[in-house]
Amino acid sequence: MTVIVTEDDFDLAEIYAKLRTPKSPPSPGAVTVFVGLVREMNNNRPITSMTLEHYPGMTETRLEAIRDQAMQRWPLTGATIVHRVGKLGPNDQIVAVGAASAHRQASFDAANFMMDFLKTEAPFWKSEDTGDGAEWVSARDSDDTAKRRW
Amino acid sequence: MKIRYFAWLREHIGVSSETLPFDPSWVSVADLVAELKTKSDGHAKALSDMTLVRVAVNYDYVDLDHTLSDGDEVAFFPPVTGG
Repeated sequence: MTVIVTEDDFDLAEIYAKLRTPKSPPSPGAVTVFVGLVREMNNNRPITSMTLEHYPGMTETRLEAIRDQAMQRWPLTGATIVHRVGKLGPNDQIVAVGAASAHRQASFDAANFMMDFLKTEAPFWKSEDTGDGAEWVSARDSDDTAKRRW
Repeated sequence: MKIRYFAWLREHIGVSSETLPFDPSWVSVADLVAELKTKSDGHAKALSDMTLVRVAVNYDYVDLDHTLSDGDEVAFFPPVTGG
């Protein structure tokens, strides 16, 4: 499990178990796993559902590249990106990013880095339905700013 | 060459992909965009403001001055909003 794009929900325990106990040594001393969820409200309007479109082929290529960059930049024992596509509901899991290393700082930083790059480079598009029609979510300038700090 | 559209560009244009014979007179992505805009009102609308559009050729992000080759897969889409 390194990079997965799927319509199915994911099991956080499974992602953590693979990072905690890699197939080959060394074992990590720290694991960071971040999970992104569908918000129940956006701009004070309740969201009934969210649909995630992506660019099959390019999505996996970009996510692999982001994971590879993290593996090169920090001394990681493992790294994982799982991202869902299709129709999701409020509070559903959207994305999980995990990084394992000997010490905590590398795992925190690598997970943070992978999320910031995923947000601005991986070809996913969210459409939110509030009950009176679906709207494409606009990209945020703050995501570009977050990426630049790396 | 294969052209792909995503999110609101796909909705404006009405198809998710189309195939065009490569024209050697196209030097850059900008030339292809100019050609595509003549195809329909939907194309013209979707590609009217290229500051709102990202372009990928063979899965890599490129600028409008990127040189095209026969067989390239060119994708047009809005800034990404995953995660």
